[in-house]
Amino acid sequence: MKIAALPLAALFLLAQPQVASAQLAGEPFIHDPSTITYSDGRWWTFGTRGGGLVSEDGWTWRSGGERPGGGVAPDVIKIGDRYYVAYAVGGGGMNGGHASNVKIMWTKSLDPKSPDFGFHDVGIVASTNGLEPADAIDPAFLLAEGRLWLSYGTYYGYIRMLELDPKTGDKMPGSQPVDVAIDMEATALLHRDGWYYLLGTHGTCCDGPNSSYNIRVGRARSPTGPFVDNMGVPLLKGGGKLVVAGRGRQYGPGHFGLLDLGDGVEKFSMHYESDLDRGGRSVLGILPLLWKDGWPVAGENLPAGTYEIQSERGGGALELAVDFVRIPFDVRRSFFAKPGDSTGPIPNQTLAENRASWPAGAIEVDLGDYMIRAHQQWAIAPAEGSGGAFGAPYYKILIAGTERALAVGPEGSVEAVPAFTGAPEQLWRIDQLTDGTYRIQPKAQADAKHPRALVAIGRSTPALMPFDPASDAGRWTFQRP
Amino acid sequence: MGKPRSAARLCAMASAWALLAPGALHAQTAGMVEEKLPPPTGLAPYFTPATADPIAPDADGFLRRWLLLEPVVKPNRTNTGFTPSYVREALAPATYPGKFEAVPREGDSAAAGLRWHALDSSLFDMKLFYLAQGLGKPTYGVIFWAVTVVNAPREMRGVRLAMGSNSASRWWLNGSEVAGLYGDRRMVMDDVLSRPITLRKGRNVLRGAVINGPGLSDFCARFVDEAGKPIRDITIDVK
Repeated sequence: MKIAALPLAALFLLAQPQVASAQLAGEPFIHDPSTITYSDGRWWTFGTRGGGLVSEDGWTWRSGGERPGGGVAPDVIKIGDRYYVAYAVGGGGMNGGHASNVKIMWTKSLDPKSPDFGFHDVGIVASTNGLEPADAIDPAFLLAEGRLWLSYGTYYGYIRMLELDPKTGDKMPGSQPVDVAIDMEATALLHRDGWYYLLGTHGTCCDGPNSSYNIRVGRARSPTGPFVDNMGVPLLKGGGKLVVAGRGRQYGPGHFGLLDLGDGVEKFSMHYESDLDRGGRSVLGILPLLWKDGWPVAGENLPAGTYEIQSERGGGALELAVDFVRIPFDVRRSFFAKPGDSTGPIPNQTLAENRASWPAGAIEVDLGDYMIRAHQQWAIAPAEGSGGAFGAPYYKILIAGTERALAVGPEGSVEAVPAFTGAPEQLWRIDQLTDGTYRIQPKAQADAKHPRALVAIGRSTPALMPFDPASDAGRWTFQRP
Repeated sequence: MGKPRSAARLCAMASAWALLAPGALHAQTAGMVEEKLPPPTGLAPYFTPATADPIAPDADGFLRRWLLLEPVVKPNRTNTGFTPSYVREALAPATYPGKFEAVPREGDSAAAGLRWHALDSSLFDMKLFYLAQGLGKPTYGVIFWAVTVVNAPREMRGVRLAMGSNSASRWWLNGSEVAGLYGDRRMVMDDVLSRPITLRKGRNVLRGAVINGPGLSDFCARFVDEAGKPIRDITIDVK
């Protein structure tokens, strides 16, 4: 970590957390979170110092993890029935103190209450002597193509890559550290479509809302480089394409960790140096991960607003299946007008004009050509107090200007019921997919192992069906109305 | 390829004039006005008489054998008025020109002297406009009724009827409504899918009606399984 010139004690003299946050629920306070890992029915991440966070749904996080071994900035990877944990002891100093070791341990559970939880020391796999241009901290694992890699290092000199033995977690005999980047820290590794990606954090950490932390990336065909950014600038010469910067009320993202949820949903964890909605404390963050032209980039949870919900299958707009209401208009005005005829604005059709044809009870929902009508415009917002999943809150989806709510209907259909009650059938999980489109799932699931999502099973027919990542039928975009 | 832009614009303007000037509507909306219909052009190449033996769906599962009734005149100068309310009234069992539960036979006469034709389509869809044109009947502002019989080798649960029609239409399986396509629709395969339904072992009667104002008219139908794959191990007949 690159520590700003602040008294260390000041880092922990921060204000009490506030109630609301645009990000995760609970007490997600952490710095340098490890890759979020599933064990014993829950999700775990560990940070600098010994503790960690645990969550059942990826949305509400509580203190609860324990990590034997002490040290700083760990990472976790599961191989077979073992969770290998890499962590650093020593190093990370701003002025000196770069003599450090990366150590490895393993356990068969991350849950301290499990009988499989235990400390099994593998030993030191990397060291720096305090004089050489590298600092053996901030380790990160990657298992790819049957080989196990470990990156480590900080702004102090080089980021290094080392091969480990996936059978033991120990250093692969004969493996020597390879310099792959400079002026970076809190690295992470990805492998996708034949490319190795080295992500790391640029900027200054540990200075609250004045931290300039941001996450960058370069890629190479080999895990030992040469890594270059999108402009061809080598990471060994300071390159790095931006993945995510601070936004809104959350400042200084760093310490990337991939959270691959399958079915084309990838997210990433990080910490924000400072969440101003939580007294400026360092907190866990989770955002969607998108892939554009072969590069990872941060997505976003859907901002609250009014949208057309558009099907990627056929372009249809999710709408109430009600009678179309015409806008009174003499078509001769459209293209038979004379010069000098009125060009004054004409109002859009109002909600009151549109809803005149709506029945009182539940209304079936279908897909139709978008006609800029009220029965096609949805006000979408997080449903306060309803929880969430993997970094995104559960949303309510209402016809704008009404309480009419999108809901699970009979026989796998979807409908709009007259009033929002907060029932699980009316709460929606909206996950951004790697291509930037979204998957929409009801919270209410009859079979949690085979969840249903909103899918255009016909060009004009939506239904709740298993999501197929290879198809556009379950992909949706949110368009300004 | 579409029409050249200038031609398309001229066409649009001509259509607009037709809408605005009732006297110019004759050529556009047969069925709305008295007009001398062009002579029949025959059913080839789109239709042939249904053969004696049942047939299978095509490779994509489309049902190509239907009993089609000659068009019922129902003037509509635009398809944008095909709201669910309007179509449910215009294509109601009560408006069916005959006994709704019965399966007619080739050559049967219905109300107003209209005849049923048992036909196989050479394409995946049933080109209703060319049926009417081929018979020398009104092509615009009309309703087409259609009936077919689907024989299933076993009970098939959880299937869906996948319809496309130009323009609006309603469909009933064994007397129960299973699909409605409303609005100014162009035909696209798998446009509207029914809720999960059951094909009975043996004989199932699928019946529907398509309403159209101006423009071409056709429909396509198939059954799909829970995964959206076409169902092909059924046969189709008209009796």
